[in-house]
Amino acid sequence: MARSTSKDAQDLFRALWSAYSATPTNLKIIDLYVMYAVFTALIQVVYMAMVGSFPFNSFLSGVLSCVGTAVLAVCLRIQVNKENKEFKDLAPERAFADFVLCNLVLHLVIMNFLG
Amino acid sequence: MLLLPRMSSNLARLLLLLLFAFSICDAVALPGPISDRHRSAALELFAPQHGSFASLEESYEALRIFEILAVREKPDVRATTCPKVLENLVSSTPLKDLFYALKVNGILKCKVNGDIFKDIASRLKATVKDAKTLVDLYYSIGSLLLIKDQASDVDVLLADADGTFHSIKALSQSDGKWRYTDKPESSTYAAGLALEALAGVITLASSEIDQSRVNLVKNDILKLFDSIEKYDDGTFYFDEKLVGGHEHQGSISTTSSVVRGVFAFAAVTSGKINLPGDKILGLAKFFLGIGIPGDAKDLFNQIESLALLESNRISIPLILSLPASVYSLSNKDKLKVRVNTVLGSAAPPLTVKLVRAFSTVAKDSAVIQNKDLKYDQNSGHHVLDVLPDEVDVGIYVFVFEMVLHDADGEKVYATGGQIHVPIYVTGIVKVSNAEIAVLDNDLGSIETQKTLDLAGNDIVSLSANHLQKFRFSFQLTTPRGHAFKPHQAFLKLKHETKYEHIFVVGNAGKKFEIVLDFLGLVEKFYYLSGRYDIELTVGDAVMENSFLRPLGHLELDLPEAPTSKAPRLPPLAVDPYTRYGPKAEITHLFRTPEKRPPTQLSLIFLSLTLLPLIGFLVGLLRLGVNLRNFPSSAAPATYAILFHLGIAAVLVLYVLFWLKLDLFTTLKTTALLGVFLLFVGHRILSHLATTSAKLKSA
Repeated sequence: MARSTSKDAQDLFRALWSAYSATPTNLKIIDLYVMYAVFTALIQVVYMAMVGSFPFNSFLSGVLSCVGTAVLAVCLRIQVNKENKEFKDLAPERAFADFVLCNLVLHLVIMNFLG
Repeated sequence: MLLLPRMSSNLARLLLLLLFAFSICDAVALPGPISDRHRSAALELFAPQHGSFASLEESYEALRIFEILAVREKPDVRATTCPKVLENLVSSTPLKDLFYALKVNGILKCKVNGDIFKDIASRLKATVKDAKTLVDLYYSIGSLLLIKDQASDVDVLLADADGTFHSIKALSQSDGKWRYTDKPESSTYAAGLALEALAGVITLASSEIDQSRVNLVKNDILKLFDSIEKYDDGTFYFDEKLVGGHEHQGSISTTSSVVRGVFAFAAVTSGKINLPGDKILGLAKFFLGIGIPGDAKDLFNQIESLALLESNRISIPLILSLPASVYSLSNKDKLKVRVNTVLGSAAPPLTVKLVRAFSTVAKDSAVIQNKDLKYDQNSGHHVLDVLPDEVDVGIYVFVFEMVLHDADGEKVYATGGQIHVPIYVTGIVKVSNAEIAVLDNDLGSIETQKTLDLAGNDIVSLSANHLQKFRFSFQLTTPRGHAFKPHQAFLKLKHETKYEHIFVVGNAGKKFEIVLDFLGLVEKFYYLSGRYDIELTVGDAVMENSFLRPLGHLELDLPEAPTSKAPRLPPLAVDPYTRYGPKAEITHLFRTPEKRPPTQLSLIFLSLTLLPLIGFLVGLLRLGVNLRNFPSSAAPATYAILFHLGIAAVLVLYVLFWLKLDLFTTLKTTALLGVFLLFVGHRILSHLATTSAKLKSA
């Protein structure tokens, strides 16, 4: 029973992975970028848990910078994805321009908050 | 019953003191005649430097003062001063120096050749003839006068004395003042100089001056005395109001100049100048009232004027002084009065009468009337043997009068009429029947009662609660058996926490009594139960046995403060002397820095944050990312590069903002960069879009 469960899980993951492999490369790049941002945020949270939250604004700006850019990247991914008919008329270049602009504004605020 | 907090009780004490000070100001203590203190002051102020004085003028002033005061240990300056005198006499020096050289010679009697005097005399006579200014006339006539005294064989008589007299008189003003020159500014000081010069002219005149002219000058003197200034205590003096071209003269030198001039003039003219004796006495009072001046010139003017007053022809002031103004009834002090001339020599035979004496409290009822003081030959004092029974402790004004034995004496001497002198009569006030009691409030029945001997060291200890009363009474009796009300009669209750309450003890006749009803005082005592120390203060300037003593203590049981309106304890009065002590040290509070993690750990995590980036790059490589889509033609490639550079520039700017720039600079620069970025971004992205659209359509 247990054996069959682990095998099922393996099968499930393999199926998921093969399904994901079909994803276009540009979306994969965005996913990688989101992963990168989330992990950086996690490392900062771990650091905060170890040494305390002083200076709290620095911690917040570090984590929010990562989380914010991840959220923006997710938004970019939604807009770039061809499967999403909602954004059919939106050129991916325009989405990228939005992404860059939002990132710049976000980091201006982050830098101000960094202290 | 009156409750005074500490502040207002202090104020009350101050007021009492002020009242007391005002009450004795009615009569002013009399200045005594010249004493030894003046002699030592003269030696101190006129101390020669290196065996001689700074100038001939100072030498003359010093020598003259030593002569008047008959100072025995005077410095010998003869050896150093005589050469100076000779030098000034031989050479043609300014008139002022010549004048003082002759004055010094008059005292020191240096050896001067008779021919020198003759030379000077002829020179001076020429000067007198041509002189236009008052000062020149004053010095030259003064010098001639001095030569007359020092060398009798020299002819110093003025041929045209009438003319000289007239030229001096021509400078006089209608108000008795004189002008220095033709200029209209007149001066009192100049009047003194002019009168002295006129006196000199009269002495030096070869023929007698017309009496009518002399009388005119006498009138001027009377007019001059109309402008005399006055203090309320009968002091008269002259003051210079107008400061003309000449240096300003103070009231001492102005008065002194007038005194010199008037008495010199009176000495050489026949007939009397009708100056009132009280003005002459007032001038004497002025000079004596100065005390001992700190300035050599003032001292000289004071002493010389007093010497002239001592022996003037108009009227000689007599000074009444008292060795003491405080008399003790317990010591049976005798009232002593002394009468002297201004320089302290004995007065002519006279009787001092005590016209009346009255208390400053009851000014209308005299305690003594018309008593003659007995003259004690040995001590030179006029003595009142026993103070009569009517004189009790207190502050009195004694009114004296001098009656000269010689009936004609009134014309020669100025006694000043009735003289008011403040006298303090002190004594031991008897304190008796002191009683301290705690009473029950409603019935008034006595709970505890103790008698005290306030003269001894009796101490009581009592206890009371807020429903009871505290009563304290005592009697004050003067040595003559009268009631006595001191300036201060205070009862002080002091709690162990240093809070104190001061009560004024009121009196009815001899009996002083204070009743404290604790029910009404609970709030004023701040509901503080516990031990109160009792202290009694009885004090007065005329009470020889003023005291401040503890009476014991009172254990007071007061109710708890109602929580709703519990009065806050006021801050304790600060000892005023602590204000001048060192201040408490100020310790500054700094924020303690937060605990920071070890640097190593932070660096490890810094490198850890780079790991995802490496993972991201590795992931990109694994995905086979390439830059094939990068535009190959020149213009779009440039735009692409510029676009990336623009983003990099903005990010670098952000880093700079974090490190050192402020928000405004950053925003301005960002706006510029943003426009640039917008432009190149639009170019490259639209280029990419068109290429991908072409690919699709193709």
